[in-house]
Amino acid sequence: MASSELFDRSENPSLFGPGRRFWSMVHVDPVLLLLLLVLVAAGLVVLFSGADQNMAMVKAQGVRMGIALVVMLVFAQLDPAVFRRWAPWLYLAGILGLAAVLLFGIGAKGAQRWLELPGLPRFQPSELMKLVVPMMAAWYLSRQFLPPRLRYVGVSLLIVVLPMAMIILQPDLGTSLLVGAAGIFVIFFAGMSWKVISGFFAMVSVSAPLMWFFVMRDYQKQRVLTLLDPQSDPLGAGWNIIQSKTAIGSGGIDGKGWLQGTQSHLEFLPESHTDFIVAVLAEEFGFVGMVCLLLLYLLIVLRCLYIAALAQDSFSRLLAGSLTMTFFVYIFVNVGMVSGLLPVVGVPLPLISYGGTSSVTLMAAFGVLMSIHTHRRMISA
Amino acid sequence: MPWGEFKDTVAERRLFQRRAMVMLVMVVVLLGILVARMYQLQVVEHEIYTTLSDKNRVQVQSVAPPRGLIYDRNGVLLAENRPVFSVTLVPERAGDMEQVLAKLEGLLEVSDEDMERFQRRLKERRRPFQALPLRYDLNEQEIARLAVHRHELPGIEVAAELVRYYPYSELTAHALGYVGRINREELQRIDPVNYAGTNYIGKSGVERFYENLLHGQVGYQHVETNARGRTLRVLERQNPVPGEDIELHLDLRMQQLAHELLDGRRGTIVAIEPVTGGLLALASVPGFDANQFVTGIGVEAYRELRDSPDKPLFNRALRGQYPPGSTLKPMLAVAGLDSGATTRDKTIWDPGFFQIQNSGRRWRDWKRSGHGWVNLNDAVAQSCDIYFYEMAIDMGVDTIHHYLSRFGFGEDATLDVSGALSGLLPSRDWKRAVHNEPWYPGDSVNLGIGQGYMLATPLQLATATSVLANRGSWAEPRLLKGVSGDRSVGDVLPEATHQSITLENPDTWEFVVESMADVMHGAKGTARSAGRGAPYRMAGKTGTAQVFSLAEDEEYDEEEVRERLRDHALFVGFAPVDNPQIAVAVIVENGGSGSGTAAPVARALFDAWLLDYAADGDSVIAARAGAAD
Repeated sequence: MASSELFDRSENPSLFGPGRRFWSMVHVDPVLLLLLLVLVAAGLVVLFSGADQNMAMVKAQGVRMGIALVVMLVFAQLDPAVFRRWAPWLYLAGILGLAAVLLFGIGAKGAQRWLELPGLPRFQPSELMKLVVPMMAAWYLSRQFLPPRLRYVGVSLLIVVLPMAMIILQPDLGTSLLVGAAGIFVIFFAGMSWKVISGFFAMVSVSAPLMWFFVMRDYQKQRVLTLLDPQSDPLGAGWNIIQSKTAIGSGGIDGKGWLQGTQSHLEFLPESHTDFIVAVLAEEFGFVGMVCLLLLYLLIVLRCLYIAALAQDSFSRLLAGSLTMTFFVYIFVNVGMVSGLLPVVGVPLPLISYGGTSSVTLMAAFGVLMSIHTHRRMISA
Repeated sequence: MPWGEFKDTVAERRLFQRRAMVMLVMVVVLLGILVARMYQLQVVEHEIYTTLSDKNRVQVQSVAPPRGLIYDRNGVLLAENRPVFSVTLVPERAGDMEQVLAKLEGLLEVSDEDMERFQRRLKERRRPFQALPLRYDLNEQEIARLAVHRHELPGIEVAAELVRYYPYSELTAHALGYVGRINREELQRIDPVNYAGTNYIGKSGVERFYENLLHGQVGYQHVETNARGRTLRVLERQNPVPGEDIELHLDLRMQQLAHELLDGRRGTIVAIEPVTGGLLALASVPGFDANQFVTGIGVEAYRELRDSPDKPLFNRALRGQYPPGSTLKPMLAVAGLDSGATTRDKTIWDPGFFQIQNSGRRWRDWKRSGHGWVNLNDAVAQSCDIYFYEMAIDMGVDTIHHYLSRFGFGEDATLDVSGALSGLLPSRDWKRAVHNEPWYPGDSVNLGIGQGYMLATPLQLATATSVLANRGSWAEPRLLKGVSGDRSVGDVLPEATHQSITLENPDTWEFVVESMADVMHGAKGTARSAGRGAPYRMAGKTGTAQVFSLAEDEEYDEEEVRERLRDHALFVGFAPVDNPQIAVAVIVENGGSGSGTAAPVARALFDAWLLDYAADGDSVIAARAGAAD
């Protein structure tokens, strides 16, 4: 008890000293909550500009964020043991859901992602899998001695690859990558040997050409080609990258000012309120704004890794670590893509891009993290 | 987890923490990469992207200057600018061009020519996102229909531009000329910067000659556009400098009168104010509606104009080259007297024909029976051919050429009349060069009555008459009377180069002028019926130009000759004799006789100018105001 109290004080005595009991009782990590609220608020400010000062969109997004925060709080109330117990069943349900999507899902933009069940709001099973796959992998691996033996690694890879493949078939490369990353991070945190990791990378580099010829669709290939040379098709596929780089670059050090970004407001920047919203931020708030944003993200990642490190059992640790790193993958892939480092894949900027589904999933993940952090048994290590 | 074994939780925790450290390092490194990327884009390459961004959003659009207006001497607007709506298409935005064009053709008529022109321009090199005109001059219904279906027609826009309009085009087409779309040759000639926003250029007449003055200076606006090229706001604007308005010597009333006088015939009237050289009327009948040429005339309509036997497109006043016939006699009389080839008192016997010594050929007088004893005054007044045949022989071609060239024959003596032809003033050298023959005395005989090789435009005849009216002093024919802005007419008009004609005996002028007055007022004057009853004295000379030549003894039966083969009726003259206000040349094609057809036309012009309208613009307005009371 004493050591635990000492520990909490060392974090931030002024904030957590007297209120520790309260935060523990409501199962909320105040540091993480504060960081997330700052991020969401900043996101709404940028969205107002990115959505061309459409207040209705900002309000809608605000409502979604409210819902997402509620979801987070709900998840935070559940004991991590609940997640562990439900993991296999949730996984099974998720796989069935993905199968159902492939069989009779609802399409949008040439991809089937949605599932409509009678009596339920329509939802994306693939989105759910971002949480369920790491849970399942963590459930499976936490039952083994860690670091796991190769065959357990193999089984857990299967657990990851099966939903990935099903999501790719929809096709939804972005989500598939995130789901895969979530699973792989679990295996990595579980202590998959470096030999296996290097072997895995070797395999990826070999299979890449095979993927190119047999798996990837034309539009996906086009995105890769466009990344390599955006000027090859400046009015077509290269347009997005050229325009987003122009937006970012023209922002300069301190930006053009809020609502002053010409690239986005004059409609040169496509998807300026969804996947490419970071270009709006970069254009209007410049390098300084970008550094602040990335710093905020870094703080969130640090806090989450810290939570993971303090987690008391393997399942919680693996799950927390994986969810944290998945969050980071969002950031890196989105910013990398918008700034022309990575090919264009449909990955939103977490908690800032317009859209409800990914925000809810992300907030749920933070709820899981808070749950893990606030359900610790008070025993000294 | 196998039963019976316990997990080493501490070891697992340490393992996790090591891995988390690795991840943390990776996160920091990857974020570092992102920051580095941002630094590269936003700091290192900032300039490049700023330029790109500005290029993206800021477009420089040229703003065409409004073309200068053209007024007549009384301030009547002869050429104005009118907004015209046209359909344009931006190929880059059309998507499926075929489909858009098909849909458009369902909404409004696009002629094959328009379509062909559009397709041609589509293939030519052009700026991206440049709007290509598809059809001009939409009516209101068509504009409304397009507005309704606009969403189905990507890339289609209705553009308004100021286009030249000639309110009195049928009357003024030949004098003003007209503007038209810039064609490829003109494109190479013009300054591409100044014409960046201009689609029209003066093709002929005043519009062509004063193109630089009328066009003005192009303006620019920097506009912010969105990705679809729609203009959102104007950032910066440099207004175009409008073209200068110009005022012409032309008097629309005279122009109108000229058209009325020649109505139903083919012919031309040129009226000059002798003192200034200002062209009061420059009419070629029939005229045509130049407005249809501005936005592009249809092939059918054009063919009809071109193939009409009345040749409405032919500018007879400037480009009609007629044998001047007897209208040349006053100038020849001046030449004969001044060169000493004849004297005022010299009399000859006119038996009705003329024969060069030792030659069999006879030249007839127009009067079969001859005029009997005639002196120079009689010869002019009665238009005695024989006197002039003989005088021409005595002068010889060199002398005739010398004097006639001083009157402006054989050259374009105008200052600012675009497209005027030079006629033909034959000479020894000319004949050698063109016909490879020596000059025969017979050629001089023909030249003596303005026939043979000699050709003159109506404008040249009017000019020479004006010089006569001025008693030898030159005022080159000109259209420009005034110009708005800083520049004066003198700055704009080309330099006058003609020297006044000085004669040995200046009285010669009065003698010849009096003989011309006798044409109008003398007892035997050929145009005495046209001159009868005028409250002022006028001077004139009738003429007849053969359309086809008759053999020496062939009888001429007017009735039998088809109308179009009849002689052209000519008249030159000025009035009043002592203080000439107006000099005219009238040609009525196939009009028969100059005295019967052309002279009354001139009389009507004289009356109008001297009696109905005052020569001074101010007094006209004053008179008009007085009439309104």
